[in-house]
Amino acid sequence: MSQQQSKPRIVVINHRAANIHSVSKALELCGADVEVTGSAEALLNADGALLPGVGAADAAMRALGELNLIEPIREFALSGRPLMSVCLGMQLLFPDSDEGKLPGLGLIDGRVTRFDVDQSVGDGRILKVPHMGWNSVNFTAEDEDRHPVFRGIPDGSYFYFVHSFHCLPSNPADNAATTEYGGPVCAAVVKGELIATQFHPEKSADRGLQIYTNFVRHVADTAASRVV
Amino acid sequence: MLAHRIIPCLDIDRGRVVKGVSFVNLRDAGDPAEMARFYNEAGADELVFLDITASSDDRDTMVEVVRRVSSEVFIPLTVGGGIRSVEDVRRMLEAGADKVSMNTAAINRPELIREASAEFGAQCIVLAIDAKRVDTPGDVTPENRPDLVAESPWLVFTHGGRNPTAQDAVKWAQHGAELGAGEILITSMDTDGQKGGYDLELLRAISDTVSIPVIASGGAGNLDHMYDALYEGHSDAVLAASIFHFGEYSVAEAKQYLSDRGLPMRLPTTSE
Repeated sequence: MSQQQSKPRIVVINHRAANIHSVSKALELCGADVEVTGSAEALLNADGALLPGVGAADAAMRALGELNLIEPIREFALSGRPLMSVCLGMQLLFPDSDEGKLPGLGLIDGRVTRFDVDQSVGDGRILKVPHMGWNSVNFTAEDEDRHPVFRGIPDGSYFYFVHSFHCLPSNPADNAATTEYGGPVCAAVVKGELIATQFHPEKSADRGLQIYTNFVRHVADTAASRVV
Repeated sequence: MLAHRIIPCLDIDRGRVVKGVSFVNLRDAGDPAEMARFYNEAGADELVFLDITASSDDRDTMVEVVRRVSSEVFIPLTVGGGIRSVEDVRRMLEAGADKVSMNTAAINRPELIREASAEFGAQCIVLAIDAKRVDTPGDVTPENRPDLVAESPWLVFTHGGRNPTAQDAVKWAQHGAELGAGEILITSMDTDGQKGGYDLELLRAISDTVSIPVIASGGAGNLDHMYDALYEGHSDAVLAASIFHFGEYSVAEAKQYLSDRGLPMRLPTTSE
């Protein structure tokens, strides 16, 4: 069987984040051969990987440290194979976070900071934190100039967010999409084959599954081109 | 812009949907997965499953229900009913729930909110509050229960509005947020089941006080009631059961109506 015909092998990095079940089921539905694992060896043999995450940054970094996964994740990212990170997973790509004390993976320059609480949004309302619910997302590039994972997604599409901290990439070119919540908020970053979303594709119904389908196809394409 | 959310609530008894959708042609309207698919296709923004199973022996059934639904339907799922410990929360989240709601267990032991929030993050802890006005004749008043007087007009009740607690509803919501709840689900026991609209004063009092999102529950009889809860009541989301289950309105109709009246809503995506 050629690479194009077999399902791409995608490792969902298991650091005991609570959304692993939904992420892995969604990727399976979108055509991936999914392995949920905390094994560095499995990660380094995969065609693509997904770093999930909800909850606290320090707890996630501590878990990755205990599993000896921090260096393997960096090595995987440097190998040029697609690594998709979701929600807290995206925040972990940065050097550190205002949320915690432990350093992050440091794969993307910038900061992770908390939403301003008690920010008035008029009519007696205050900005609610967490930013929770479906928000519309606009991409920074035209469709044909985007990373393949985000192609075909109309600007203004709604995705499900739930987070209290948000990313501020230093390099504007790394910011792939924005949403509005008390001001512009980074909704996705792309740097080479690091692809990350602040929103949860696995909780964003058809639009989210479209992104995972794109990701699985992209992983298959890059795996095939490596073989050639 | 962040959209308001419409959240159908399903009662689950021993793994089966009760009082479920009764008007459309579903193969099995008692099947939680089939109902979840139905509501996802109708544009529901989230789902709440309330486990009303009386016997704790049947609680494992709910874990299986959550695992199956979250393997097939990719919108947020909240599970309430019978959550009494951090271990209960863990089981539901590992099965694929995104949030759990806690009510009586949090009143009995508020530290449960802090512990679960520290372990899994505030985003997955919903504090459900049943509130009732206590200034009506025959209710709890300063005269008959001087120990139970609220600072706001609302006290927290348990057991479907029968048992008053010593908690002021607005203060309890605030305290719950401080302890680490990520969202408040507020039900008015005065308006629940009456179909005459939500208690807008209650919603606004809580929404304008706490800095976390608020879901309004109890009283939807028509779509204007939902509009009022979101616009006048300052709620972030509305929860409803019978208005959807008995086909008076579809979720899609509700969202279109609210959007036409100027509220930000996630409307169904146009076909590709």
